[in-house]
Amino acid sequence: MAQKAIREADGKKMIARLLKEYTNGKYTVEDRFLTIGPDIDFKQLPTTYKWLMKEKLVVKPDQLIKRRGKSKLLLLNADWKDVENWVKERMSKPVTVGTVTGILDHFIVEPFIVHKETDEYYLAIVSTKDGDEILFHHEGGINVGDIDTKAVRLLVLIGEQPTASDIEKKILGKVPSDRRSLIAGFIEGMYKFYADLNYAYLEINPFVVIDNKIFPLDLAAKLDDTAEFVSGKKWGGIKFPSPFGRILSKEEAFIEDLDSKTGASLKLTVINPEGRIWTMVAGGGASVIYADTITDLGGMNEMANYGEYSGDPNEEFTYLYAKTILDLMTRKKHPNGKVLIIGGGIANFTDVANTFKGIVRAIKEYQTKLRENNIRIFVRRGGPNYKEGLKIMRELGNDVGVPIEVYGPETHMTKIVPMAMNTLKGGK
Amino acid sequence: MATDKKDYLLFTKDTQSFIYNMQTNAVQRMLDFDYVAGRKTPSVAAVVNPTGSDGFQKFFFGPKEILVPVYKQLKTAAMKHPNVDVMINFASFRSAASSTEEAFAIPQIRTIVIIAEGVPERRMKELTVKAKKLGKIIIGPATVGGIVAGAFKIGNTGGTIENIMESKLHRPGSVGFVSKSGGLSNEAYNIVARSTDGLYEGIAIGGDRYPGSNLLDHLLRFEKNPEIKMLVCLGEVGGTDEYTIVEALKKKQIKKPLVMWVTGTCSKAFKTEVQFGHAGAKAGSDTETADAKNAALKTAGAVVPNSFDDYDEKIRMVYDDLVKKKIIIPKPEPDPVKVPMDYATAMKTKAVRKPANFICTISDDRGEELLYGNMSISKVFEKDIGIGGVLSILWFKKLLPSYATKFIEMAIMVTADHGPAVSGAHNTIVATRAGKDLISSLVSGMLTIGPRFGGAIDGAAQMFSEAYDAGKTPQQFVDDMKAKGANIQGIGHLVKSIHNPDMRVTIISSYAKKHFKSTPLLDYAREVEKITTSKRDNLILNVDGCIGICFVDLLRSELTKQEADEYIKMGALNGLFVLGRSIGLIGHYLDQKRLKQGLYRHPWDDIAYMLP
Repeated sequence: MAQKAIREADGKKMIARLLKEYTNGKYTVEDRFLTIGPDIDFKQLPTTYKWLMKEKLVVKPDQLIKRRGKSKLLLLNADWKDVENWVKERMSKPVTVGTVTGILDHFIVEPFIVHKETDEYYLAIVSTKDGDEILFHHEGGINVGDIDTKAVRLLVLIGEQPTASDIEKKILGKVPSDRRSLIAGFIEGMYKFYADLNYAYLEINPFVVIDNKIFPLDLAAKLDDTAEFVSGKKWGGIKFPSPFGRILSKEEAFIEDLDSKTGASLKLTVINPEGRIWTMVAGGGASVIYADTITDLGGMNEMANYGEYSGDPNEEFTYLYAKTILDLMTRKKHPNGKVLIIGGGIANFTDVANTFKGIVRAIKEYQTKLRENNIRIFVRRGGPNYKEGLKIMRELGNDVGVPIEVYGPETHMTKIVPMAMNTLKGGK
Repeated sequence: MATDKKDYLLFTKDTQSFIYNMQTNAVQRMLDFDYVAGRKTPSVAAVVNPTGSDGFQKFFFGPKEILVPVYKQLKTAAMKHPNVDVMINFASFRSAASSTEEAFAIPQIRTIVIIAEGVPERRMKELTVKAKKLGKIIIGPATVGGIVAGAFKIGNTGGTIENIMESKLHRPGSVGFVSKSGGLSNEAYNIVARSTDGLYEGIAIGGDRYPGSNLLDHLLRFEKNPEIKMLVCLGEVGGTDEYTIVEALKKKQIKKPLVMWVTGTCSKAFKTEVQFGHAGAKAGSDTETADAKNAALKTAGAVVPNSFDDYDEKIRMVYDDLVKKKIIIPKPEPDPVKVPMDYATAMKTKAVRKPANFICTISDDRGEELLYGNMSISKVFEKDIGIGGVLSILWFKKLLPSYATKFIEMAIMVTADHGPAVSGAHNTIVATRAGKDLISSLVSGMLTIGPRFGGAIDGAAQMFSEAYDAGKTPQQFVDDMKAKGANIQGIGHLVKSIHNPDMRVTIISSYAKKHFKSTPLLDYAREVEKITTSKRDNLILNVDGCIGICFVDLLRSELTKQEADEYIKMGALNGLFVLGRSIGLIGHYLDQKRLKQGLYRHPWDDIAYMLP
C-alpha cells in the first residue's frame, strides 16, 4: 500500500506500449526490451526476438539496483552469444553492491544504441506534496553527478498539465535549439503518461536523441500501488519485485506465506538470529516503537527481529507465528539467556485474552526449551478484556516455570524494554 | 451553523455529522460516547447509505433507543439537516474520492474525515487542492479519525467505551495531540491521561504519504485554541511533514510547549529498505529519517525525549510546569456516567442470563464447522454416511447402522416418483404449466399427500402395529377391519396382484428379511396378505404398506419401542414419502419447463356438466 518500485523492463515496455497514445502518435519507442528470469530458455529467445541476432546488445541486472555501471554490472556493445554467456555466469549467483548482498535473477537485454555523450539527457518526474516536479538536465548519463543541485526544475501543480512550449521555455534552455521542440514534446507526453498511469517516480537517465528519435536507455520508476484499481489494466499485470538483497529466510518466507492466507497481518524480519532481544508485538505502529526503543536504549546489536501481528489473526495463526519466534530464539543458547518482549499498545476492539490463546499454546509447547535457554518473557498490553488476558499470561508463567512479567496500560508501553534489557547484563 | 464556530474548532459538543456508508458499530460507539460525554443531541444526525434506501435505523442513546434517519443521497441528508457540517466518510478506497467530492459540492459540510486506506496518492492530492480552494478540511485518509474529549468522537476512535472512560476522554483536558498513526491513538490518549489533566483534542491524520491535512495544520489550530495549553505530537519516519513544524517553531507560529517524538529510529538497524506499516513510513533520503527529524525538532525548541520510553515523562514534566505556572488549573473530575452494558457483552461476561425461546437438539451452525448432531460436516463426508445417515441423525437423533441408513435411502429411491398420472405429480404439472415457480408447483403437488395419496405408509404402519401390539391374530385383524367396514391401509393394488408382484415390494421386503435384526411386523403383514389375497388376488401388501411396516421393524430394533412408536405417531413416515416424492415432483416441474408446456386447460368433453 505505497509507492513501489518496478523493474526497468516493465517500465520501458509500458512506455513502448503507451507513449504513442499520450503523444497523439508523434513519439514511438519500439518494444525491444527482453527480461531474462531464472527459468528462461535461451535457445528459444533468438527465434522469438529476431532483433537479438541483428543488433549489438546491452545487458544488465533488472532488480532495482542503483548505479549498475559503477558496480560493473553492465555489458555493452555485445553479441547475443556474449550476452548469453554473461548472463549464465551471473544467474542465481550472489553479488554485493555497496553493503547489500543479493542473488541476481533478473536481467534486461536491449539493443545497444550508439550515441555521443552530447546526445544524453536527464529526465525525472517526482511526486511532491503539491503536485509533481519535472527535473531535467542537458547532460545525462552515469556521470550526471549531483542531480539535486544541477537539474532545472518545473513544478507542475496538481491538476495542471505543462504544454510543450512551457517545458521548452522553462527547462530546455541549455539544449541545442534544433532538439528543443523534440524533447519538449517528449517530456509533455511522458508527463501525461506518468500522471495517467499513477506513477509516483520516474527517472530516465539518460535518454538519448539520435536522428530526431528518442531512446530511453536507463530507467527507474515507482508506481503508486494503491492505484491498481484505476491503472492496473494499463500497467499490464506487472509484479513488484522485492528490494535487492532482501532474501527471505525459511522462517520469514513461512510467515510471509501465513500473512498471505489471512486478512490479518503477520510480519517477520530476522535482523540478527544471534541477537538476544526478541519481540512479538501487536500492531504496526507499536512494533516500530518497540524496535525504536531497543535501538535508542543501545540494544541495536542485540535486536534479533522486527515483526508485528495485527488485525485479529485467529488462534492458529497466532500460535504458528509465536512458535516460529520461539523456535528461532531457542536454537542457540547464551550464558546470560535471552528475552522475549510480548508488547502492544491498547487494542481498539480486539479481545486481548483471545489473541493470547495462540501465544500461550506455543509457550506451553516450548516450555522446556525456554527454560533451557534461560528465557525471560515480558508482557505489556491493553484493550478489551486485557485483565483476563494478563491473568492468563501470569498464570502461564507459574505453570511452565518460565519467568513472565506482565503489565497493563497503567505501565508505559515501552517500559518493559529497559526492564528486559537490564536482565541481559547480569548473570540472572 | 458553521459560521458561529471559531475556525480552529472543527468539532464541539453541538457538532453533528453524517456517516457515509452504513457503519452501525461505529455509529453506536459514537452515540455511546455522546452519552458519557453528556451531549444533548446525538453526534450522528443521519447515515448516508448510497446502496440502501431512505428510512431509519435504531440505535441506543444511553439506556433508550432512538431512530437515526438514513438517506440514500447525501444531498437529501444535507437538505433535511442544515446544521450538519461534518461528514465521516466510511466509503471504500475505490469510492472514497468520489464520495468526498460529493461532500465538496455541499456548502454546509466543512470537515470530511476519510477512513479508507488505499486512496491513490494522485487522487488524494487533487482532493486536498480542491478542499483548500473550497475552505474545507480533510482528515485522513487511512485514519481512525480523532476525538474532542467530552464533545465529539469520530467513528471508532478511542476503542471500547471502557477504554474511553479509562483514558478520560469523556471530559476535556488541556492537551492537543496529533499523530499520523491511528493505531497508536488509544495508547497516546492513555499516556496523555496518565501524565496530564487529559486530552482536549486528538487527531490522527492517517499514515498516507499525502494526507488531506498534515500535522502542522492541526498543531496550528491547537495553538489558536485557548483551551489547549500544551501540544503533543507523534511523527514518523519518511516524508518531510515534520520539518514544517520545525519551521513553525522557528517562526514562533507555535508558542505553546510542544512535546514531540518521531518514530522509526530503528530504521538504521535494517540493511535493506523496510516499509513499515504506513504508506508514508519509508525514509527516501537522510533528512526523512527519524533521527534527523528528532534532532531538528529539538534544535527548534520542541521537547524531544531520548526515546519513546521517556515520552510520558517529558509530557508530565511540561504539564507539571504549566500547573506550577498556573497556566493550567486542574479541574475536579466530573461524576462518571455509565453506559448500560450491551446484552451480548453481559452474556459473555456471564453477568446476565435469560431463558431461551427456542431449543434445537439436532444441528449447530455457530462453530467453526456445521454440526449434524455431534458430527461435524467434514466427518459426515469422511465417514461417507450418505443421505440416509444424515436423515437418521437429523430425524432420529442418532446415526443408525449402515444397513438401516441404506434402507432409508432405498425408501427414498422407491418413493421418488410414480409417473405423471398420480395426484401429486398431476398437480405439480398443472401448476407448472400455469407458470408458477418451482416452490409453488412443488407445494401444489405436495398438498395432495394425505390419507388417500401417499399416506398409506403412515397409515399401514399405525394400523398394523396397533393390531400386532394388541395381540390380534392376522385373521382377527382382518375380521375386525371387515366388521368396521374399513379398508386395511397398505393392502391392495390397482394392477399388481399375487401373480404379478410389485418389484418394489419384492426389493424392499427381501432387503428387510436379509438385513434387519428381526421383522415381526413384516411377517405379520405377510400373514394378513395371505388371508386377503385368498379373497381377491390384488389385495397384496403394496409398496406403501411394505415401506411403512418395514420401517416400524427397523425403528423398533434400533430405538426403544416407545421412541419408535412416538416417531411413527409424529408422522415421520409421511415425512419419508414427502421427502422421496419431492425428487419426482421437482423432476416433473423441470420437465414441463424444459418442454415449454403451455397453460393446461381441462377439455370440456372430459367434464360431465350436470347442472340441475
